[in-house]
Amino acid sequence: MRIIAFTCKRLIYLVPTLLGIVVLVFFISHVIPADPAALVAGPFADQKQIAEIRHQYGFDRPLYEQLWMYLVNLIKGDLGESLYTRRPVAWEIKSRFPATLELAMVSLFFSVLLGITVGIYTAVKRNQWVDHIFRGVTIAGLAIAAFWMGIELQLWLGYKLDLFPIAGRITGTPPADITGLFLLDSLLTSNWKAFFSALRHIILPAATLTFSPFATLTRFQRAGVLNAITSDYVRYERSMGLPAPLLIYKYVLRNSLTATVSQIGLLFGYMLAGSVVIERVFSWPGLGSFAVESILMMDYKAVLAVAIWAGFAYTLGNLFVDIMLAFIDPRETTR
Amino acid sequence: MTTYKIIFREFLNDRLAVAGLGIIVALLLTAVFASYLAPDPSAIFDINPAQKLMAPTREHPFGTDHMGRDILSRIIFGTRVTIVIAVIAVGSALIIGVPIGLIAGYYENWLSGFLLRVSDIFLSFPQFILAMALAVALGPSIENAILALSITYWPWFSRIVYAETLFVKHSIFVEATEALGANKFRILAFHILPNVLSPIIVRATIGMGYTILTAATLGFLGVGAQPPTPEWGLAISEAREYLPGAWWFATFPGTAIFVVVMAFNMFGDGLRDVLDPRLRISGK
Repeated sequence: MRIIAFTCKRLIYLVPTLLGIVVLVFFISHVIPADPAALVAGPFADQKQIAEIRHQYGFDRPLYEQLWMYLVNLIKGDLGESLYTRRPVAWEIKSRFPATLELAMVSLFFSVLLGITVGIYTAVKRNQWVDHIFRGVTIAGLAIAAFWMGIELQLWLGYKLDLFPIAGRITGTPPADITGLFLLDSLLTSNWKAFFSALRHIILPAATLTFSPFATLTRFQRAGVLNAITSDYVRYERSMGLPAPLLIYKYVLRNSLTATVSQIGLLFGYMLAGSVVIERVFSWPGLGSFAVESILMMDYKAVLAVAIWAGFAYTLGNLFVDIMLAFIDPRETTR
Repeated sequence: MTTYKIIFREFLNDRLAVAGLGIIVALLLTAVFASYLAPDPSAIFDINPAQKLMAPTREHPFGTDHMGRDILSRIIFGTRVTIVIAVIAVGSALIIGVPIGLIAGYYENWLSGFLLRVSDIFLSFPQFILAMALAVALGPSIENAILALSITYWPWFSRIVYAETLFVKHSIFVEATEALGANKFRILAFHILPNVLSPIIVRATIGMGYTILTAATLGFLGVGAQPPTPEWGLAISEAREYLPGAWWFATFPGTAIFVVVMAFNMFGDGLRDVLDPRLRISGK
């Protein structure tokens, strides 16, 4: 019951936050640039076209009117037209989202799975050689630039050893469009050729996107387990002769998970930001490469649409994690 | 004095942290003496088509780039760019974020509520996405990238300072100072700030590494440093066209980013363990 009340409260808080996101992006797009009309028009427009755009987009009207128009258009789902593809930005976001989602979900799955497993394992084997090795690995994971790691993987595993394809989502025809997630769709239609092609394509980008979140989660999980393992109730159970695996599973795991799960919320942000560069490196046809292509065209409308979208996704992801936390540790609801 | 001694001794026991500090000192020295250290300082900007894309040799240990410039020299001069970006961006984020956090935590009025809401809205974006959008709106240049990084990074500091200030403001020594009639500025600047300094220092150190990484990513995407600046992220993006042939062109600048960011992280982790043990996650 408390969890439901907590969820409702958080959902109500969501409204001003989403509004704030829109206002901030409006500020960046309409107030900060010296001449927003010139930015929208792109670098190849002449004075007359810029003047037309200024009028058409309402840049000559008072700011509060512009903000209102911006909000109304956003609610109608009208984000303008992409300079790069000449299609509506909203359509681009919708059609490219599954590619990003697929990459992010695969990476999130593996970073959580590996992070929690390795975190527990290294905590149990504290200060043994395996712990030292993984400490090195996690330190590296937090220091490596994702775009550089992607390029190096492409270079050595893709070009030189020819183990994996270096670009794109799939070779040949994509599977029948059900969810837009190639791995899932090809499984659902038993299209094995497409499945293995999609699998081979996703390995390098997913490995790149997984490395840093894996490192973060491992560190938090290890610290959480160490915290729990040294607490009095665990010491008591251990002295009572409880076998170690049962002790870890039943008493340590749940209490060590809260810090890790609260990190997963931040990982949504990392996935969104990381997908921008990684999609660029691997020519992955998702939202991230759309954002970069828009940057190169100086199409800042599209970049801002992606930013709004990322803000919404990040906020909702964090909300979801907070609710998950409330289930793991009901004390969280009182905060 | 003794506290500092204990902290210092504890820090020296942490080999990773000392190594991190060593690399940071080396980085600073490299930046200062770049013109003496670089094998070929004149070739930072000079185009030399005769020796373009040469594999590492004795003369060019890291090879040459697509314009025939010595990559080692450009990496050495790149330390200056990196340090300038990180110091200005983290410094301005501190200058904006710390006072806002102090005010939001200490006062209980509309202003503190407003400042808190504003920083929350900034925090509801992934920082990199917001910095990228700002850099695009401002126009791509290294100055604008620094500006974008500062504007999007301050809320992280104001959030930490806010939480710490809330914690400290109800302690007895603050109440005693209030009872003595000290003015609010004095309390904030001389009594609360010193007590929230540790988490700020730790966060700023790790933030340096993080900012270097983000700035390099902006450079890579073309919204940060512009050619011919010897910026490491930009160099990697220039190198992409010449892969897989010129592997050295992308590999060495990337290694430079990696080593420097790792140094700041190791140093920051060590500082956290001795200064702010509540947040200890390195768990040694």
